[in-house]
Amino acid sequence: MKSKRFIFIVILLISLFSLILISTTLGTVKIPIKNVLKIILYKLNLDIDISNIKASDIFIVTNIRLPRIILASLVGAILSLVGTSYQAIFKNPMADPYVMGASSGAAFGATLAISIGIGSGILGFGVTNLLAFISAMLTTVIVYNLAKVGSKISTTSILLAGIVMTAFLSSIISLMMIFNHEELGKIVTWTMGSFNGANWNQIILVTIPVLIGLIVILSFSKEMNAFVLGEENAQSLGVNIELMKKTILVISSFLAACAVSVSGIIGFVGLIVPHLFRLIFGSNHKILLPVSVLGGAIFLLICDTLARTILNGIEIPVGIITSIFGGPFFLYLLKRSKKNKLI
Amino acid sequence: MSCVIDVKDLHFKYYNQEILNNINIKVEKGSFVSILGPNGSGKTTLLKNICNFLKPNNGTICIKDKEVFKYKNKELAKNVAVVHQNNDVNFDFSIYDIVLMGRLPYQKKFKSESKKDHEIVKKNMKKTEIWKFKDKSIHEISGGERQRVMIARALSQQPDILLLDEPISALDIKHQMSILSLCKDLVKDKDISIITTLHDINLAARFSDLIILLDSGEIKSFDIPKKVLTAENIESVYGVKVDLYLKDKNIPYIIPKAI
Ligand SMILES: Nc1ncnc2c1ncn2[C@@H]1O[C@H](COP(=O)(O)OP(=O)(O)O)[C@@H](O)[C@H]1O
Ligand SMILES: [Mg+2]
Repeated sequence: MKSKRFIFIVILLISLFSLILISTTLGTVKIPIKNVLKIILYKLNLDIDISNIKASDIFIVTNIRLPRIILASLVGAILSLVGTSYQAIFKNPMADPYVMGASSGAAFGATLAISIGIGSGILGFGVTNLLAFISAMLTTVIVYNLAKVGSKISTTSILLAGIVMTAFLSSIISLMMIFNHEELGKIVTWTMGSFNGANWNQIILVTIPVLIGLIVILSFSKEMNAFVLGEENAQSLGVNIELMKKTILVISSFLAACAVSVSGIIGFVGLIVPHLFRLIFGSNHKILLPVSVLGGAIFLLICDTLARTILNGIEIPVGIITSIFGGPFFLYLLKRSKKNKLI
Repeated sequence: MSCVIDVKDLHFKYYNQEILNNINIKVEKGSFVSILGPNGSGKTTLLKNICNFLKPNNGTICIKDKEVFKYKNKELAKNVAVVHQNNDVNFDFSIYDIVLMGRLPYQKKFKSESKKDHEIVKKNMKKTEIWKFKDKSIHEISGGERQRVMIARALSQQPDILLLDEPISALDIKHQMSILSLCKDLVKDKDISIITTLHDINLAARFSDLIILLDSGEIKSFDIPKKVLTAENIESVYGVKVDLYLKDKNIPYIIPKAI
């Protein structure tokens, strides 16, 4: 069983890298996979001759497609990681990365930035992204503190506080939209999620927290297994439950804020990817966490590739694609899981 | 004196309500102790205090001569294992994986389980007769089998003390007997001490070395079964009149008569 899991992780890794290559060839300009490979190897400082490849192709691959593809994969990985973690901490398989209000918080920050009309950025990380991030973090902190009783946190209260904050912020966003008719399109597009305009600086900014977060959360995988069987159980097995809850909540909400501030709100990834792998592997987080991370990257990469190629020349917000494909798929899983009593 | 558990003057309140009042218990190594008492008398609360899940408002709880809150989490888990009452599992695990969790207190982060961990798990799954289900999902077995899984997990912690909260309440008579016999064997040949809450007075009388009779958070009586289970005690605690007989001159058993 253990080796089977290992093989599955390797397969997912290979799939991810192949899909990154394939996706790079696709777009309005088709670039042969051979050239894509050459350009990547050249950029990795290997001694490869790319003098016969068109300069525009090189530009498209290195400055437009690759950053976008990698960012989409990273965000997919984050959303799926956060989804899996939240589902464990809330002992609720329906929790998604936005339960603590990161999405509405980010949307509020972005709407504010767009309404005021400040947009130009620092380091390619626009003011819109920045405000979205700050606002997402603030919202999460407020939700967290609302749910705190003494030094303990009640996960049910977090879910409720998250719902209330989301409803509250959504109304304010709607209000701001009414007063800013001219910017309506921009706001809506941002909200629906897109990787249009991804760049390497964003990737660097996102990669570091992801790596740290991933390692810390993975270090808790055995404890998470005990935890989902009940807090009392976990404590009896020697788990410091308050420390674990707080660590994972803080890291996860930080990661969720990172993701949503660079990509906008992308639904379903953090819900269905963990579910899919639960159906295959059960809930053992030692395997569930790594495969969900890889699976999330693959899923969002595919969705974003569809988003930018499916209609010639027109970009569809990726959040729409994930919902169109994710919604029915999720319902299918739900039906199945009821039959098998698997959640 | 080899007292593995020593509870002194324990008081516990939920919010402002007094739930446990002046509890004093000494449990010696290798004994089987049952806690009896009506619903809401504080049995679960007492167990949760002993395993440090709840903190007493007053009094001390010592496990092997060291106060329970002074233990590090993992250290405590190596000494005290608990099978809690609520074992609803919303998530899907194989039975083997669940029992393997019992090795958690012995493991380091990122390290996978050692050969020894697997051997201990296998031994305890065989002892509790669940080895044949090892690859089944926790959702695919009966209540009695699930209780065995939880006991196997607790045993894999290699504890000196095993706390059980109503381990047989949902089981038929055969499974009740088999779980209690298993516990009795554990006490006999491993120097484990067991404290378990029970509702079946007759089974408690038959299997326990000592019985704690709880009445609204106070200890009504703590002694050998014959001394605790008198008709007067039972009527005063449960409000039920009973006929009481002695089997083999020593083990009381009761038949309820009237409320
Ligand atoms: N989480 C809680 N909050 C407040 N009161 C509680 C809680 N759990 C139990 N109680 C109260 O404590 C008393 C003892 O409960 P418990 O120890 O579960 O009894 P038993 O296990 O003997 O049935 C009951 O009156 C119950 O209402
Ligand atoms: Mg109880």
